[in-house]
Amino acid sequence: MSILFDIENVSFTYPSLKRKVLDSVNFKISEGDVLSVLGRNGSGKSTLLNCMLGILKTQGGAISLSGKFLHDMSEREIASVVGYVPQSHVPAFGYTVFDFVQMGCASRIGLFSHPGRKERDDTAAVLSEMKIEQLADRPYTELSGGEQQQAIIARAIVSRPRIILFDEPTAHLDFGNQLRVLRLIKDLSEKGFAVVITTHNPDHAMLLGGRAAILDRQGHLISGKVDDIVTEASLKDVYSSDLKLKYIEEFGRRVCVYPNL
Amino acid sequence: MKQTIQKKRKLNVLAIFLTFLFLLLGGVVLAVCVGKYPVSPGESISILWSRLFGLTNGLPDMTQNVVMGLRVPRILASVVVGAALSMSGAAYQGIFKNPLVSPEFLGVSSGACIGAALAILLSLTTVFISLFAFVGGIIAVLLTVSIPSLIKNRSNLVLVLSGIIVGSALSSVFGFIKFMADPDTQLASITYWAMGSFSYIKLSELLTVLLVIIVPAVILVLLSWWIDVLSLGENEARSLGANVKLIRRIVITCSTILTAGSVCIAGTIGWVGLIIPHFGRMLVGPSNRRLIPLCGLIGGLFMLLVDTLTRTIGVAEMPVSILTGIIGAPFYCWLLFRQRRTLS
Repeated sequence: MSILFDIENVSFTYPSLKRKVLDSVNFKISEGDVLSVLGRNGSGKSTLLNCMLGILKTQGGAISLSGKFLHDMSEREIASVVGYVPQSHVPAFGYTVFDFVQMGCASRIGLFSHPGRKERDDTAAVLSEMKIEQLADRPYTELSGGEQQQAIIARAIVSRPRIILFDEPTAHLDFGNQLRVLRLIKDLSEKGFAVVITTHNPDHAMLLGGRAAILDRQGHLISGKVDDIVTEASLKDVYSSDLKLKYIEEFGRRVCVYPNL
Repeated sequence: MKQTIQKKRKLNVLAIFLTFLFLLLGGVVLAVCVGKYPVSPGESISILWSRLFGLTNGLPDMTQNVVMGLRVPRILASVVVGAALSMSGAAYQGIFKNPLVSPEFLGVSSGACIGAALAILLSLTTVFISLFAFVGGIIAVLLTVSIPSLIKNRSNLVLVLSGIIVGSALSSVFGFIKFMADPDTQLASITYWAMGSFSYIKLSELLTVLLVIIVPAVILVLLSWWIDVLSLGENEARSLGANVKLIRRIVITCSTILTAGSVCIAGTIGWVGLIIPHFGRMLVGPSNRRLIPLCGLIGGLFMLLVDTLTRTIGVAEMPVSILTGIIGAPFYCWLLFRQRRTLS
């Protein structure tokens, strides 16, 4: 398996904050990997993703993407390998879902040109792949939260990146939609996309399987197999609460529960 | 089924474009005809036609002079100014992802106004008035966009606030220039100029400014799809692969040249750059690929009609801004009403 992301000793501090948000963070992501990043509010999960997208410049260490330093790559080069699913928010203008998803092709459009037939075909193909063709002509701003999330994911995969970063894809969604989005993420990983998601729910990490990472308030990150990383002890550290992990034979997996309030 | 919906939408958009193109052509003929010296539609079409193709026509010299010397330059000017203001308005709204901003908000218009007033104060010629207006507009934008980078916060809110800061500082400067002006001659001319008017258009000057306006307008049309991408927000646009800094710089420069160029031709005219893009969005949706060219057509038509009104109603000619304000303010209010949910 070839390595996509190689993150070595990366540190990051916001100019206005004293503490290090990321302190000598190390991990690697290979083709087809799934990595769930856990951490409490404000621990820097989104910051980590923004560093991996090249939007924030790291102050120490180095990030390589497919063997090249991220620092030396243009937005366009990064975007052709890395797809990004930001936390859903309402844009100022109600573009149709078709136009919205088509913007995912930006990394192959020249500065003074527009999407052409190929981009239109790719967009139509992704919409039918995600089974959201019926939304094509609806304004994005009028969709439900779950539908918006589907449209953003469609936009992230339309240009066929090799890895997709999800920033809390299940935030603001009801239970059913959370599960549907997780199912979708699992499908994408089975199709061969490498996946990184940040989440507040340890169960999501265990449902997705693969690898997990925990980012603490000091900016340290530990990563490994989900079963090794997500333990009662580590959850107590992260959330300062007594969470229990129980193996349920019927489901063949561990679940995370709160014993009581 | 999918394909037919898309095709249908394409046809609708085409129909809208053609409708406004014909309305604009009709508006031009109408504007040639009406006025204190009436010209018949037949005469006006035959003059325009013969001039366009270098033919001769047997119409009296007086009619020819009124049409070619007075009305045509004025018509051309109002169409160009309306189109330029509307296109730059749409581009600013997209780039600042805020449908409530307009060319005035970056301080372009006030800056240009000060430049022109200064030139009038110094008793310079018309060419210099235009040049000063242009430079003033550019300086104002530079001031407005430099405040966010000075305090290292590039959010839209800070930009809008710095537009307000620069705007009110500039209006003080403008007040000072008016205070210094000779009340009998210069003050009237400054005030009248600031209110906007198409009455002093000369074809030769117009053609020079026209060249300055066409290039940025074409660039905006070429970049229109990228304006869509940038309107998603800086980080999102970058993650999609957009060179945000470069695109934003080009779009702001082009829009500013369009606005300052309009001020050079006709003084400051408010509201057009704000309301026409909204009207366009109701017709063809928010996609700038369709919106920006359509804004050129609708804005041109709107300005032409407003200017034709100002010179035909009443005895004395009314400044254009008075009419655009009367139409614009209630429209803005209605927009706020419609968007009250998303604003909160």
